[in-house]
Amino acid sequence: MTDLRRYQDPLTIQRVLHTASTVAIVGLSANPLRASNFVGYYLQRHGYQVIPVNPRETEILGEKCYPGLLDVPVHVDVVDVFRTPDAVPAIARDAVQIGAGALWCQFGVISEEGAQIAADGGLPVVMDRCLKIEHARYLGRMHWLGFSTQRITSVRTGLQ
Amino acid sequence: MNGHPPRAGQARAEEDREFGFETRQLHAGQRPDPNTGARAVPIFQTTSYVFEDPESAAAYFNLQEYGNTYSRIMNPTVAVFEERVANLEGGCGAVAFASGIAAQAAALFTLLEPGDHVVSSTALYGGTVNQFKHLLRKMNVELTWVDPDDVDAWRQAVRPSTKAFFGETIGNPAGNVLDIEAVAEIAHSGGLLLIVDNTFATPYLCCSIEWGADIVIHSATKFIGGHGTSIGGVVTESGLFNWSNGRFPVVADPSPAYHGLQFHETFGTYGYLMKLRAETLRDLGAAMSPFNAFLFLQGLETLSLRMERHVVNAQAVAAFLESHELASKVTYPGLPGSKYRPLVEKYLPRGAGAVFSFDCAGGRAGGQQLIGGVRLWSHLANVGDAKSLIIHPASTTHRQLSDQELQAAGVGPGSIRLSVGTETPGDLIWDLEQGFACVSTKTETADAKAVTA
Repeated sequence: MTDLRRYQDPLTIQRVLHTASTVAIVGLSANPLRASNFVGYYLQRHGYQVIPVNPRETEILGEKCYPGLLDVPVHVDVVDVFRTPDAVPAIARDAVQIGAGALWCQFGVISEEGAQIAADGGLPVVMDRCLKIEHARYLGRMHWLGFSTQRITSVRTGLQ
Repeated sequence: MNGHPPRAGQARAEEDREFGFETRQLHAGQRPDPNTGARAVPIFQTTSYVFEDPESAAAYFNLQEYGNTYSRIMNPTVAVFEERVANLEGGCGAVAFASGIAAQAAALFTLLEPGDHVVSSTALYGGTVNQFKHLLRKMNVELTWVDPDDVDAWRQAVRPSTKAFFGETIGNPAGNVLDIEAVAEIAHSGGLLLIVDNTFATPYLCCSIEWGADIVIHSATKFIGGHGTSIGGVVTESGLFNWSNGRFPVVADPSPAYHGLQFHETFGTYGYLMKLRAETLRDLGAAMSPFNAFLFLQGLETLSLRMERHVVNAQAVAAFLESHELASKVTYPGLPGSKYRPLVEKYLPRGAGAVFSFDCAGGRAGGQQLIGGVRLWSHLANVGDAKSLIIHPASTTHRQLSDQELQAAGVGPGSIRLSVGTETPGDLIWDLEQGFACVSTKTETADAKAVTA
């Protein structure tokens, strides 16, 4: 049984959110009703460059789509995975190979093997967490819809 | 449109810490207002919100972005209240409503369809019994009533169409304490939800989600507000229930009421609450007002302090009644002789609340004489005020119930319900003594006959 808390460290999550510019979304769907599309759209609105990775599409959310991570011509700060857990080890190997900044696996995308491969390659790993929700928790407006951000602070900062 | 991703240093990374209840009741859900620095929660008394641009407006309505659109669906003052309750209950989020009964109706509307079945405890607030018996029937939802203390009865009542169990953590008014863990286990083994009303216990006295409750409903009107000023309700969800287990297509399948959105797939943990807000609150319209949310937040800031005092006073008043010759059947579950004592120790370690009933000698007339003879206790239909309250349920809150239903709810013809406030306990006991002095025990036999006739 994977101890997921190892891959849900708040400081790691915040560091990834604060430092990333390019996010390659592996398994991004072109269907605007799918969760991956919601996440990609949201990240674009918040200034991240979204790089779709999906062999079945040519363009998603106005961005050129690549068949695999190895085909992406720019530096990838976060590899965000919307695939079945079985696919994660191969994606993690690719992420290490291209020198990506972090491996992020969405809700239910849990692969201890994949996490190990990325961690051994020096990548911070976040698993079973949603990139959109974590952004909305720490920087955004998730609170406006009554969701628990788990944050307690008296510091005066704005919301994105 | 929102510019660049933030860089390190712009925002201070926050370490995880498990803050205590007293800290969270003051701070959770609120950050000082970024524009003004206001320390108190501002009252955003506005119906609607100016959009930054057309694309943002569309993104908010599509639920692609968290944004304010219209105060029937969300409001920044109400949001602080919602997040604070969710935090205190240990849930993933909450949605506030104009009343507790509206919160309950909406919580059920969101997950039920015609033909579904609900199993409910009989030991409930009379308004809830009415809602279940009549409103749910109109929706063609079937009900099975069970004695909440009979764990096997819950198990035996389950049908293929059953969606949820419902019970009060401390029953109104007879003080039944629900065996949350046992009932939750039966519910979960069948893929069902356990919905609890935690109004009488509050999150300070009972962490029902930790014991397995999936949805927690409050009448915020009571101890959360705590001062008898405002009507309101709130629904919290644990975020742990698997809505895609095949039993809840209404939450998991594409929603015709929201252009085919699959709430559970798209919002994961938050799917049910998103549907509760974006569809049910939108369509039923029973939104909490920002001003009421502000008053409830004032209440929450002192919740633990008040509850500690409520419990001490309730314990003193219950002990006094138990020793009084004109009082019997004191239902306070915190009494050492209560049959709920083991459940109180398990689920209510900080105290068994402050609402209970007892039977006054002299039956219906005796009860009315007692109420007529007190001057500090307020005779009214509410509970959970800092001021002590007294009422005769059979002629008021539980009036629409049949004799059989009254008995199942633990209400006798001479039952008096007390909501013990935070006054000086000696004054409360003195005042009850004044009331008992007005009770004419001579009429007891005649009155008992009249009631049973």
